[in-house]
Amino acid sequence: MTSPLEQKKIKIAGPSVVTANRTWDGIVVYRTAAKSWSADLSEAAIVRNSDEAKALLAESAADDVGAVGPYIAPVQVGADGKVEPGNLREQIRRTGVTIGQPAQV
Amino acid sequence: MYAYDEIDRTLVNERVSEFRDQVKRRLSGELTEDEFKMLRLQNGVYLQLHAYMFRVAIPYGTLATKQLRALAHVARKYDRGYGHFTTRQNIQFNWIKLAELPDALEDLSKVGIHAMQTSGNNMRNVTSDQWAGVAPGEIEDPRIWSELIRQHTTLHPEFSFLPRKFKIAITASDHDRAAIKIHDIGLRLIKNEKGETGFEVLVGGGLGRTPFIAKTIKHFVHGRDILSYIEAILRVYNQYGRRDNIYKARIKILVHELGIEKFSREVEEEWQHIRNSSLQIDDEVIEDIRSRFTYPAYEKLPHMPDELRQAAADPDFEAWRKNSVAPHKVQGYSIVTISLKPIGKPPGDATAEQMDALADLADKYSFGEIRVGHEQNLALPHVAKRDLPALWKALDKLDLATPNVNLITDIIACPGLDYCSLANARSIPIAQELTRRFANHELANLIGRLHINISGCINACGHHHVGHIGILGVEKNGEEVYQITIGGRADESAALGNLIGPGVKFDEVADVVEDIVEAYLALRERPEELFMDTVKRLGVEPFKERVYATR
Ligand code: HEM
Ligand code: SF4
Repeated sequence: MTSPLEQKKIKIAGPSVVTANRTWDGIVVYRTAAKSWSADLSEAAIVRNSDEAKALLAESAADDVGAVGPYIAPVQVGADGKVEPGNLREQIRRTGVTIGQPAQV
Repeated sequence: MYAYDEIDRTLVNERVSEFRDQVKRRLSGELTEDEFKMLRLQNGVYLQLHAYMFRVAIPYGTLATKQLRALAHVARKYDRGYGHFTTRQNIQFNWIKLAELPDALEDLSKVGIHAMQTSGNNMRNVTSDQWAGVAPGEIEDPRIWSELIRQHTTLHPEFSFLPRKFKIAITASDHDRAAIKIHDIGLRLIKNEKGETGFEVLVGGGLGRTPFIAKTIKHFVHGRDILSYIEAILRVYNQYGRRDNIYKARIKILVHELGIEKFSREVEEEWQHIRNSSLQIDDEVIEDIRSRFTYPAYEKLPHMPDELRQAAADPDFEAWRKNSVAPHKVQGYSIVTISLKPIGKPPGDATAEQMDALADLADKYSFGEIRVGHEQNLALPHVAKRDLPALWKALDKLDLATPNVNLITDIIACPGLDYCSLANARSIPIAQELTRRFANHELANLIGRLHINISGCINACGHHHVGHIGILGVEKNGEEVYQITIGGRADESAALGNLIGPGVKFDEVADVVEDIVEAYLALRERPEELFMDTVKRLGVEPFKERVYATR
């Protein structure tokens, strides 16, 4: 995984969010505009240019106890404002494994 | 089975309380992730896509039933009800909460299980033949030596900060089930002309980005010298190994760059300094370890019991027996491989219920012992032949009697993009689709021995380089693409596969494999000619033509 530091060099190509894993249980979370983390992508703060992305990432990384491994991930924003993951990896992180699980509790 | 001593128990317990404190400090913010990461990795805790993953060691693949029940308990209580057996005699839990990990570790420690050195740049779990101690014709139980090396290298300061991870595998049979030629050090137990036990030592094997088959560095190292010889190798590696470039840090690169002659001269020189030191192993040490391995009190049983003769009339039983049941060194007994590859399911996964039920079956039919192999299957090592029909029925009820061991649907696959944060493409759905395509047992049997191995990125956790058919997922313009190799193998004749051409899309993989298999069936000279024989005779060309003629 690209570390936040390396990502600072990266320019974003479209709407993006900051995502990470919640520290105590590891679940996928997104950085919100209210400077907290949410498991719901629709609550994520959307950034649209590289400066905004860098700023959001820096702010997210400062919250080291809340979530680990923050990075910038692409999203797609529909005409109705609906936010969807921008690639397969993020799609899988959002909706879970594509394979069915042997047992659920 | 092996009985751990007091030192081991103390070590494991201390590690649990230490980690409990570290987790507490992490969750309170006293430790940053940067500080904590190495600590969690030292306890087998990774971060995957969706959650933390917890990797637990199963030294040389031997499990007692109470240990398997403890793994089932962890799956049920702290995870989502299942675990994933890997290609390195480990089990991984995919959905563990960091906050609960110390409890899970503590529960496991009560049965002598831990997660030390399942990650990081140290000596990893020493692996061995899953049929160790029961395979006919074996020189000696290789686990005695695996255990010696395990004890010597566990938390050994000199091996805790190697340039990169380090893996040793040991076999004691002619047929290599431990894949020693794709390990950093591979050891083959042999006897010399005087009848003394020792090792052929191989070095520099490994898969990943730059795959290599290990080379023999010494044809015979006496058993009493094996620790000093391994240590000499590690010292040379520690000294010269690249720490500046992670891609060049494995010993395979060093061996390749120095050349095996120069590398072995360096090792030899180092060895002469330390060979007659305290590293020389006394017979008593080996005897002590040997005495801690206990073997069942086998009965005197007929070679062909009535139960087996009668069951042979049932074609379903016979289909299973043919692929899953192997000869045992003791007459009247068998080694039974349990396929963790049911059609349409992720390879290597077992539910908590299956693990518990298997523990019961092992108590009933296999003297309380279970084995884990690198093909992501399990084995019961001491089953009386008269019990085979009853065992088969019980396994079938658990969906654990798929008669596909060593056949085309006995696929090795890494977690891939469904779980793994390093992945470029999915592996498991490819495996699922392939098992569905070749679900017909007659067809699979007609094809015969054929191993498909799948990895979701170049790290090669699914051993794709050494699959008879290897499938590697890569990413191209945001899409999953799969490169196909043929002709790899991981046994005593280990070889790396050859690429057959450009990568193909997710939806095409199963068709391509079907094309390869059809080509093989048309090209083989007789039914006994296995896929690998045909590839050896004809090379990749005819397969390439078949696959790409219409694509
Ligand atoms: C979170 C999950 C995993 C991560 C992050 C991971 C990471 C890696 C990495 C980075 C390597 C390459 C190391 C190198 O060559 O220097 C590697 C190799 C390997 N992994 Fe994994 N792995 C994971 C899961 C697994 C699983 C599930 C298996 C077994 C099915 C596995 C078995 C192996 C094996 C056998 C290799 C060795 C390839 C070689 O010989 O060099 N890993 N893994
Ligand atoms: S091969 Fe790659 S994708 Fe598969 S488990 Fe290993 S690191 Fe992950």
